Amino acid sequence: MPLLKLHGNDLSPALEEPLHEVTLDDWRENPTAHTDATALVLPNAQSLSDIKCDLNGFSVVILEFPTFKDGRAYSQARLLRQRYGYTGEIRARGNVLRDQLWFMARCGVNAFEFSAENANDAKTALQEFSYAYQSCADKRAPVWRRRFDRSVAA
Amino acid sequence: MYRYDEFDATMVAERAAQFRGQVARRLSGELTEDEFKPLRLMNGLYLQLHAYMLRVAVPYGTLSSRQMRKLAHIARTYDKGYGHFTTRQNIQFNWPALVDVPDILDELASVEMHAIQTSGNCIRNVTSDQYAGAAAGEVEDPRIWSEVIRQWSTFHPEFSFLPRKFKIAVTASDTDRAAVKVHDIGLRIHKNAQGEIGFEVIVGGGLGRTPYIGHTIRNFLPKAHLLSYLEAILRVYNLEGRRDNLYKARIKILLNVEGAEKFATMVEKEWAAIRDSDVDLPAEEIARIRDYFALPDFEDLSATDDAFEKARTKDKDFARWVRINTAAHKRSGYSIVNISLKPVSGIPGDISDTQMEAVAGIAEQYSFDEIRATHEQNLVLPHVRQDDLYAVWKALDAHGLATANIGLVSDIIACPGLDYCALANTRSIPIAQRISERFAALGGEEEIGELKIKISGCINACGHHHVGHIGILGVDKKGEEFYQITLGGSGAEDASIGEIVGRGLSSGDVVDAVEQLVQFYLKTRQNKERFLDTYRRLGAEPFKEALYAAA
Repeated sequence: MPLLKLHGNDLSPALEEPLHEVTLDDWRENPTAHTDATALVLPNAQSLSDIKCDLNGFSVVILEFPTFKDGRAYSQARLLRQRYGYTGEIRARGNVLRDQLWFMARCGVNAFEFSAENANDAKTALQEFSYAYQSCADKRAPVWRRRFDRSVAA
Repeated sequence: MYRYDEFDATMVAERAAQFRGQVARRLSGELTEDEFKPLRLMNGLYLQLHAYMLRVAVPYGTLSSRQMRKLAHIARTYDKGYGHFTTRQNIQFNWPALVDVPDILDELASVEMHAIQTSGNCIRNVTSDQYAGAAAGEVEDPRIWSEVIRQWSTFHPEFSFLPRKFKIAVTASDTDRAAVKVHDIGLRIHKNAQGEIGFEVIVGGGLGRTPYIGHTIRNFLPKAHLLSYLEAILRVYNLEGRRDNLYKARIKILLNVEGAEKFATMVEKEWAAIRDSDVDLPAEEIARIRDYFALPDFEDLSATDDAFEKARTKDKDFARWVRINTAAHKRSGYSIVNISLKPVSGIPGDISDTQMEAVAGIAEQYSFDEIRATHEQNLVLPHVRQDDLYAVWKALDAHGLATANIGLVSDIIACPGLDYCALANTRSIPIAQRISERFAALGGEEEIGELKIKISGCINACGHHHVGHIGILGVDKKGEEFYQITLGGSGAEDASIGEIVGRGLSSGDVVDAVEQLVQFYLKTRQNKERFLDTYRRLGAEPFKEALYAAA
């Protein structure tokens, strides 16, 4: 189960550095007991509506993908990036499969506890699509903007 | 109609290539069937009772002749010579071999078609009015916005793993042919008091085990904000919708648990945070898409044509077909032609490869190369000159495609049922066939008037029985097929959920029962009111009596 990290468009295996993890509830209950925590674990059903100040100081936020079908963390990732301005690492944990990576990366996930062994498969999966129709939490320009830029250039 | 540019074409081709890789991994054994299942389900490939079934998207029901010919080719080459149009304007092939599916997708991609998001818990292929761009009285062409939604929803990174499937329908006419009130989101394009055009946003309608009519959560949404508003609805649903129970996971359950008002507040709050982000399309892109739906080059024709009138007087069958199967066009001298896929004894929605070729040819010659699929499992030629109607009718008739029964008792919606479907409890198709045979023998279908019969072979309600004027639901009782009748449903602008009337009937009795209901209606109706209106006027009781008196 390799840990993969995304730098720009490049996905590569990363060293497993030791993290001190704490769940949001535990941390809120007693912040002083977790002063050395580096990673915030956000349960899947956690509302993010008042999370902003909690993000300060965590270098990693861990989102859970318990099954292939459970897509709540895609919204969480996007909200962390686009609404709450979180710029640190967002790590996907759980059932992190090859055919989901493209969607996760577009929503702002940039580290993956990949469920399969072969990191090259994950790399390939991220290269399967050249374009995207919508704007999301990545830097990829949506197709409508490319069309617009092209027509202006022409 | 919309044409792909290099971006659209590249994405569809890349998706086909991706799926080819997934199939190869399955065939080599690298993926188990369990691992493959969610992947194939994201591409319209189901495993049915006897074989794989491939559901091909027909975005908002619009097809060109070239695309129809390709579907004929696929039916002939990879299937058993036919296809099946569905209640979501799509087409299904019932017998493809898994190993052939990547080739089929390449064939489809060559004519700007695909099977993307025709299954799975994602935003499904968007549906619309089959008369779009042709209907008299339409506010504007709803396909412009359907195409906007198609692009936005394709491979949406945030909304591809929703609690459950998600269906959006768009209409722009007062007469609702897209069933917008029984969709997860229904969009009705209309003009407000200031004369501006926007959307009424209806959320939480749906059929299945727990049928609901949708609630209007916003009366008027300015068009420019469509996508950010949809994103707000989808985000609330993705985060808050239930995931612990398959049968309570649709947005209708969330909306009804929260209450429409609170749900609307949640959406508005989310929308306030994103409405000015770059989710919505710039005006240039909307204009670019709009240009594809410009009206064809209609000629200025007079409202009546002598030869057409003569043919009508001379040929009673033609006159009948014109009365029943054609509809008013927005341009004088043109008509909308409905092609019924419900011949007597036929399988609703089925069409052979040679019939597909015939429809393609007729559309090319007489309807500006355009064909539409309808949610009632028929086809439409949207733009036919009145003075061509006789030739079109003759050509359709030569291929068994001129059945004059649109909206009548034998124009039945039926799910595939136990003949194909792994989920079904009972067969649906034979019931539809026998009802059509019975009324063909009795005659007088036109006299009976509009009567929508809809048949589902299980509680999942793919045959829309809840919104049938007469609905028929198949249930399994100790291994025997029984059919429960519902009355008074409608999926149109006067939407309502049908009421169950009493105990189930055996397969042998169900056709008699329908006939009794119709006889009772004919006896009691006033001023040519529809079956549905008689039912609404009298209520369930007298119909129940009529139904069970003789049984």
